[in-house]
Amino acid sequence: MTEVADRITGLVGALRAHGVRIGTGESVDAARAVEALGLTDRELLREGLAATLLHGPGQRAVFDPVFDLYFPRAVGGLEGSGPDRDALRDRLAEALAADDQAMMARLAAEAVDGMGGYGSSPGSDGFSAYQTLERLRPQTLLARVRADVRGRDGGGADFADRLLDDEIRRRIEAFRRMVGTEARRRVAERRGRDEIARRGVLPTADRVDFLFAGRDQLAELRRAVQPLARKLATRLAARRRRAARGTVDLRRTLRSSLSTGGVPMRPVLRRRRPVRPELVLLCDVSGSVSGFSDFTMLLVQALHDQFSKVRVFAFVNRLDEVTGLLGHGRADPDGLSARIRAEATLTGWHGSSDYGVALGEFAERYVDAVGPRTTVFVLGDARTNMSDPNLAAVREVARRARRVYWLNPEPRAQWGTGDSAAPAYADLAEMHECRTARQLGALIARLLPV
Amino acid sequence: MYITPRPGGLGRNHVTESVNKRLDRRPDTVPDPPEAPLFTSVDDVSARLAETGYLASPAVATTVFLAGRLGKPLLVEGPAGVGKTELAKAVAQVAGARLVRLQCYEGVDESRALYEWNHAKQLLRISAGRDESWDETRTDIFSEEFLLPRPLLTAIRGDEPTVLLIDETDKADVEMEGLLLEVLSDFQITVPELGTVTATRRPFVVLTSNAGRELSEALRRRCLFLHIGFPEEELERRIVRLKVPGLGAALTESVVRVVGALRAMDLRKAPSVAETVDWAHTLLALGADTLDETVVRDSLGVILKHQDDIQKAAAKLDLDAL
Repeated sequence: MTEVADRITGLVGALRAHGVRIGTGESVDAARAVEALGLTDRELLREGLAATLLHGPGQRAVFDPVFDLYFPRAVGGLEGSGPDRDALRDRLAEALAADDQAMMARLAAEAVDGMGGYGSSPGSDGFSAYQTLERLRPQTLLARVRADVRGRDGGGADFADRLLDDEIRRRIEAFRRMVGTEARRRVAERRGRDEIARRGVLPTADRVDFLFAGRDQLAELRRAVQPLARKLATRLAARRRRAARGTVDLRRTLRSSLSTGGVPMRPVLRRRRPVRPELVLLCDVSGSVSGFSDFTMLLVQALHDQFSKVRVFAFVNRLDEVTGLLGHGRADPDGLSARIRAEATLTGWHGSSDYGVALGEFAERYVDAVGPRTTVFVLGDARTNMSDPNLAAVREVARRARRVYWLNPEPRAQWGTGDSAAPAYADLAEMHECRTARQLGALIARLLPV
Repeated sequence: MYITPRPGGLGRNHVTESVNKRLDRRPDTVPDPPEAPLFTSVDDVSARLAETGYLASPAVATTVFLAGRLGKPLLVEGPAGVGKTELAKAVAQVAGARLVRLQCYEGVDESRALYEWNHAKQLLRISAGRDESWDETRTDIFSEEFLLPRPLLTAIRGDEPTVLLIDETDKADVEMEGLLLEVLSDFQITVPELGTVTATRRPFVVLTSNAGRELSEALRRRCLFLHIGFPEEELERRIVRLKVPGLGAALTESVVRVVGALRAMDLRKAPSVAETVDWAHTLLALGADTLDETVVRDSLGVILKHQDDIQKAAAKLDLDAL
């Protein structure tokens, strides 16, 4: 049983390294679950451990690959079955047509074993999912599998058959994931499980750097906007409630203490006037940081009912108002950046970002948008492409606004390197590092005015 | 149930002692989990749930089994209409237990969830015993007789097996979660005037949530977590066959495939199992024996609830081509 206990603590350690918060109590529960379920059925074990260790649906994406490493389906490679690419493709096409999951898993193991290996000296060798899939090219099987399925059912007049292509694509995608899992397992046997579990498993979408997020991850982030906005709205409401309880109003407390002979028996609290704050967003939407800006714009738009007025401006080297494009019902998150680029004037003579000119244009044309109730957020990496940062414009905005915050998607260590004017701007506006959705959520909950 | 006196609880310790004597309980033992385990194995869970008409996926069956074994509450999350509430009802039916349900809503509070003193009856009691001393009256009006139990207290009192369903926990306020913590971790409720009421028989607790609000970490830690997503194709086919037996096998197959494709489409509200079943009923009523463009176009409103979703799906399914 100590072996199993080690596995569980190892699994828990790897999950903690990925930011899943698991206490000792949950580890004990997990062990009790293993005791109750036994080790015979791997899928039951997976569900049991997930039920005891996880607290939210988003953590499942990390849990599954880590579980596959600590409780692998098999150990070692396969015997026999030489790497015959064509035979493997034939069998894969058959399995895809029949949607036979078990066969697909077996073929994934064979493929990684036969085609994924690289290197020969111990220490530098390993298995690559990328190489396996490059050689096998399962995506090219689509037409063949479709013909197979059609032939089997006969005809193909059924209405649902028009969905067939998408279904087959999903099956192929599932097979690709199996190959990835299998390759990770084989590498982990060589290099040590703990290391691969910490580095080889993709982090959850809210912990991915905005600047390095892939297309899928950005799409996943966009889907997370609404839940995150709801969460932030509750937090803002709670802060507002606390703030409304307020501080002691000294003048009125003293005044009312006169009736008790000057002894303040009952403190009078300062009453807050319910003013909903205004928000102005200045977003750099140039290629390098557009993922970050899109996400933040959608998030602030989803929070719009928390504020009396939200105005959003986008810029690359010229600046234009895009509040209308984010309006209710029009917010199709996927096409947002394309629409902004098509409908707003963002570039002048060239296509690279210029903070100095854009901020200057804001200070000149839209300075009325900023008043004493306004909080301004600037989103961007402050990379000016060597042009004048125009600090005077920022100073002017900061003078008129209640607060100015700057959210920078670059790591703090890179501020001020190369053409970054971050330190200069940070003197005028409070600058925060904001690299992941998780950081953004925490910052917004803290910084948004109530 | 037994009641432990609350130290310094308004100096009424002798009250709780008399209550305990009446119920013949020793206040210093910790209750055991139910004597006979609810289920013997995971397969037993699936089989018995299936008898009541609830087809459970392996994940659901495993977690329900563990909740019974470890004696922990079960927190079920998932989109609307995948059978979260149904699960609690099915478990209650299988276990032969009574179902106590607490429906949460914004503003639900202690007096709706835990207990309330029956003020009218207390007043009657006071005016009835005019010549008693104040001490006698006071000890009497804060006894069990004047306590109105609400769902949580009801579930904890009583010796018969109980399934406690706390529905839509995310709708309740944050303060409500604090109340739940004591109930969920120790299965006890503290009544300041009376003492602590502890369960002799632990109820099987199911909490459901639509993730409308993030539940607190403290609450999540006390529960087993189960996310019920949309079922796999095979399971969904079985569900449709069970709920709408009149529908032909080929049509069932097509229905499930179309719904699966719709879910992959990234709509505002993806169709859930409840919608699949509704659609199957509709097709049966329409007398359709195969899916074709007109049937799908006319009945798409049953599965999709937003106009832009319907348009998007129609475009994707080539319904406009005709």
